[in-house]
Formats: sequence, structure tokens, C-alpha cells
Amino acid sequence: MSATLKRSTNATLEVEGLRVSFGGMEAVRGIDLSVERGETHCLVGESGCGKSASALAIMGLLPGGARRSVRRLGFAGDEIGKLSERRMARLRGDRIGMIFQDPMTSLNPAYTIGSQMTEVLRRHRGLARDKAAERAVAMLDRVGVTAPGMRLGQFPHQLSGGLRQRVMIAMALLCEPTLLIADEPTTALDVTVQAQTLRLLAELQRELGLAVLLITHDLGVVARVAHRVSVMYAGEIVEQATTEALFAAPTHPYTRGLLDAIPVPGKVRRGDKLGSIPGIVPRIPAGFVGCAFRDRCAFAEPVCASNIPPQFASPDHAYRCRMAPDWWRATA
Amino acid sequence: MVCLTVLILSFGLSRASGNLAISIAGADASAEDIAKINHELGLDRPLPVQFVDWANRAAHGDFGESFLFHEKVSSLIEEHLPVTITLGLIAIAVAVVVAVPFGILAALYEGTYIDVAVGVVALAGQAIPSFWLGLMLILWFGVGLQWLPIAGLDDWTGYILPSIVLAFVAIPVMLRMTRSGMVDAMRSDYVRTARAKGLARISIVAKHALRNAAMPVVAVSAVQLGFILGGSVVTEVVFNIRGVGYLAWESIGKGDFPVIQAVVLLFSIIFVGLTLLSDLVGAALDPRLRGR
Repeated sequence: MSATLKRSTNATLEVEGLRVSFGGMEAVRGIDLSVERGETHCLVGESGCGKSASALAIMGLLPGGARRSVRRLGFAGDEIGKLSERRMARLRGDRIGMIFQDPMTSLNPAYTIGSQMTEVLRRHRGLARDKAAERAVAMLDRVGVTAPGMRLGQFPHQLSGGLRQRVMIAMALLCEPTLLIADEPTTALDVTVQAQTLRLLAELQRELGLAVLLITHDLGVVARVAHRVSVMYAGEIVEQATTEALFAAPTHPYTRGLLDAIPVPGKVRRGDKLGSIPGIVPRIPAGFVGCAFRDRCAFAEPVCASNIPPQFASPDHAYRCRMAPDWWRATA
Repeated sequence: MVCLTVLILSFGLSRASGNLAISIAGADASAEDIAKINHELGLDRPLPVQFVDWANRAAHGDFGESFLFHEKVSSLIEEHLPVTITLGLIAIAVAVVVAVPFGILAALYEGTYIDVAVGVVALAGQAIPSFWLGLMLILWFGVGLQWLPIAGLDDWTGYILPSIVLAFVAIPVMLRMTRSGMVDAMRSDYVRTARAKGLARISIVAKHALRNAAMPVVAVSAVQLGFILGGSVVTEVVFNIRGVGYLAWESIGKGDFPVIQAVVLLFSIIFVGLTLLSDLVGAALDPRLRGR
């Protein structure tokens, strides 16, 4: 959101006007967000809304064929939007860590855990093999992997999904990064393991003062770990607020739709219909104007086809919709 | 099982293909002479009897004697095999050295003109018959430029052209496998992880992607060595090299079936052995297939 909440300038990550396009389609359409030290910022939305593309774009990891442009990409006070691939690679794995959705395929099946972990330290810290192995064992122990010494000699296929994700987390944290980007880190895991993994991430963040950008489609996850939330729809951030503000007063019709679709124990009775949003996330061609949600929105009017400036529901709560901040109180 | 089938087929086909007695006695020999030769060689017995007799002796390592060379078949093969094996090994090495780097190159520049060029060469390699390629190379490098000998293996330069021709048997398949394996690997999640770890590009390509892409290629190169040995019949004839392939060609021309049968059996055993080796190598390279 361009006129977004102006925040202190010492944020770990500052993104302004990030755009990503694949062919003629715009996957990310000018998003702004910032993550401060010790803060978890959740980027939430449906599949295909551009949240993973945003994360990959920040990391400089977009696949070939994707184009990125960004007005400002600040990391720990430096502009990194114009860095060469070589210099960006020096940051990745060292000062910016990333973990991915599927721990089953994200580790290389041909190499041992030890080989894959130590190479990070050898690359960024120039550590010798035995020193690197020591650090890897300590980090595995820290993220709660049992028998960490033995794990170094094991191959990914010998570990469970939860263990592999812990290995991924340990690997991302080996060089003590200041920013961790986690792209759906718990989606592929069992529910019990999901909870453990989230708890671990929260713990590590407090302990290490990490800035975390967490991508998820799961509002339950958001409610549990986020300090700040950006709701993404069709490549745009449609609502951005502190977690309390968002859950207390969701203002964009899309956010309200998402929240209505979650069954709340004690509130939803058998036979009651859960809320749902008709239709799917549209593909947005270049040059699109207006609110991308208008075709699925119950409150759409002709004005929604023109440019919608962001509004503030409170100093800490921005949203991009024509409606007044308290419109929903009347309908609730 | 494969060997047994090959055994029966080669026995049947070599018997059906010509009359040995006529080629020994000459075209104008009398019917009596031919009958006499047939009797001496045991060729007047019923075919199944001949087959069982031969198979039984072959199982004990006795392949009989060549009708033409009047030498034991086993010593004939012993004499001819080293050349063929040497050529085959050189050829498969050439094939790996050519196919793997170009396969990687094509994969890294997927969709560009480099990729297309490599694809065209691979397709051409598959389409060009070895005998024609052999003759063309002899014409250019042997006759025209006079850089290399046109035939024989008098010194190491004699190996160059035939191993190139033989390598072309295996290059297209290995090239395509390397390319598609690398394309898949470079798009994989684990390569994305390697990039997210900030590794140098050389390490991402050579360590993370290549290792996974190479597993099937290494495994298949054993099978390709089998094809190369099969291809040696044509190539050895074109380059006048006295290997097993040449021996096979010569004995087929003359209907010398003890030799034909032994060579065919030998090739089929080698082929089966290489296929087994290919599976073992594949298993050894992939930690998921290794014993835990």
C-alpha cells in the first residue's frame, strides 16, 4: 500500500513498490511492507495471490521468466534492490535466511544433512569442516533435533517431515541471520508437528531478535504468531494492520470473507453455513485498474473499477477499499 | 533367460542362413563331397540334437572349433576380444566427456540457441548410421587431410576415428538424459534451497544439480557400452580392425556358425552383465536405494 503506515526507519526489511510479472500477467502489483527487528510480519492470502512470489522476489530467487521491479528494497539500512546476483548470494544464507514449504523436497536427496548444513558455514564463514560440523550439531540441538551428532551422517529420506523442517530451520539460522523469510513453513506438516514448529520459530525469534516475514494462508497461524499482518489479494496488499487491530476490526470485504470462512468453536453450530467467497483469485493483466476483488465482492459498485486509494481505519491499520472504516458495524 | 533366447535364435538363424559345407567345398563341389563334409562336421544330424550337443559343450566352456580357421573358437575370441573391449571403453569415455558437458550446457541455457544447437547435433547423431559416419571421417581426416590412418590400429592414432564413430552410438541418448536431468534438477526445490543458502553458482550446478542428474546417466552408460560393443561389428569392418566385431562379420559371411554362435552368446552375456551393472551402479549412487 503506497500511503502505508509510516514507521520508524530502522526496520530490518523495508519494501516499497515491489512488482513481479510473469509474461503479461502481474503476480505482485506494487506492495509495501516492513519488518522490524524482533517482529513477525505475516503475509496472508489465498493460493496464487502473489505471496510466495513476493518472498522469492525479496530474496532474489524468482525463477527465470519472472521480472521484478522495486522502488526501494532496504535491508538493515542498505539498499539491496540493485545488488548483483553475486552480492545478493553473499547475503542469502548469511544475513537473510529462508525456509520453504515442503521439507520433503527442499533438501537434496543425494547429500547428507551434515554436508548440506556445513556448506553454508564453509561458504559464508570460511569455517573448516570440523568446526562447521560442530556448529551444525549445536544448531540442530538448539532446534530440538534429537541425537544431532548422528543426524549429520544421515540422508534426508531417513528423517521424518517434522525433523526435516527442523533441519531446514537450523540450516537457515546457522549464520545467525537478521531476517528470516518463511514461506508456508508448516503447511506440509502434520497438525501436531505444525504447532511444535510454530512454537520453535517463535522461541528462536525472541531469543535471536530475528525479524521474520512469514508467508501463510492459515489465519490460525497468523493469530498465534504475527505481530503485524498484511492481507494479500491478487498481487496487492488490501489490508495491513497490527494483529490485534486486524482481528478486532477487519475492514476490507476480502479480509472479512476470509475470517468468515473459519469455523470458530462454540460460535458455529451444526447446520450453520460457513462463510465462503464465490469465485477464484483472478489473473491480473498489466494495466489493470481498480479493485481486483470487485468481481467477487458483495458490495461492489461502479466506482470500484477506478483507482482506489488506501484509507486508514486507525493510525496502525490501513486498507484499500472505497468503504468507510466502520461500514461493517452497520451490517454486523 | 535373455541369454537362452539369444542362444536359440542365433543357432536357428545361423543354420538357416547358409550351407557351410558348400562354402568349404566350393560352389562346384559334387553332392557327394558335400554330404561327406556334412557328415564329418555332424551337420547331418537333426537340428535339436545338434543344438543340445552344442549348448552342452558351450556350458562347459567348449565352443568347438572354427570350420574355417581350424582353430579353437575360444582362442579366436581370446585373440580378438581385447581390441574390441579397449575400443568400447575408449568410446564410452569419449561419449561421457562429450555428452555430459554439452547436456549441462544445453540445460543451463534451456530454450536458447545453444540448447537448440545441441539438440540438433544429438538428433543428427542418432540419425546418422555408423558406417556412413565412419566412411566420411575416413574421407576427411584419412584421405583428405591425411591426419589420421584410414584403417588398422598400428599406433594410438588408429583408435581415434573408430572410437569417435562408436561414441556416436551412445552420445545422443546420454546427451538428452543429461539435459533433461539437469533441467529438472535446476528447477527443483533443493536447488532453490541451495540458492537460498547463497551458495556459489558453480557449487549449485556442479554439486547439487549435477549429482542428481548424473545418477541415471551413469547408470545408463553401462547399457550404452553394450550398444557400443554391438556397434563394433560395423565399425570394425569399416576401419578394418581385427576385433570380435570383425570376427563376427567374417564368420557370418562364411557361415562359420560355431564362431557366430559363440560371439553372439558372448555379446549377449556381456550385455546382460552390463545391464545388471547399470542397476548396481544406480543403486550405489542413490542413497535412497542403498541399504540403510
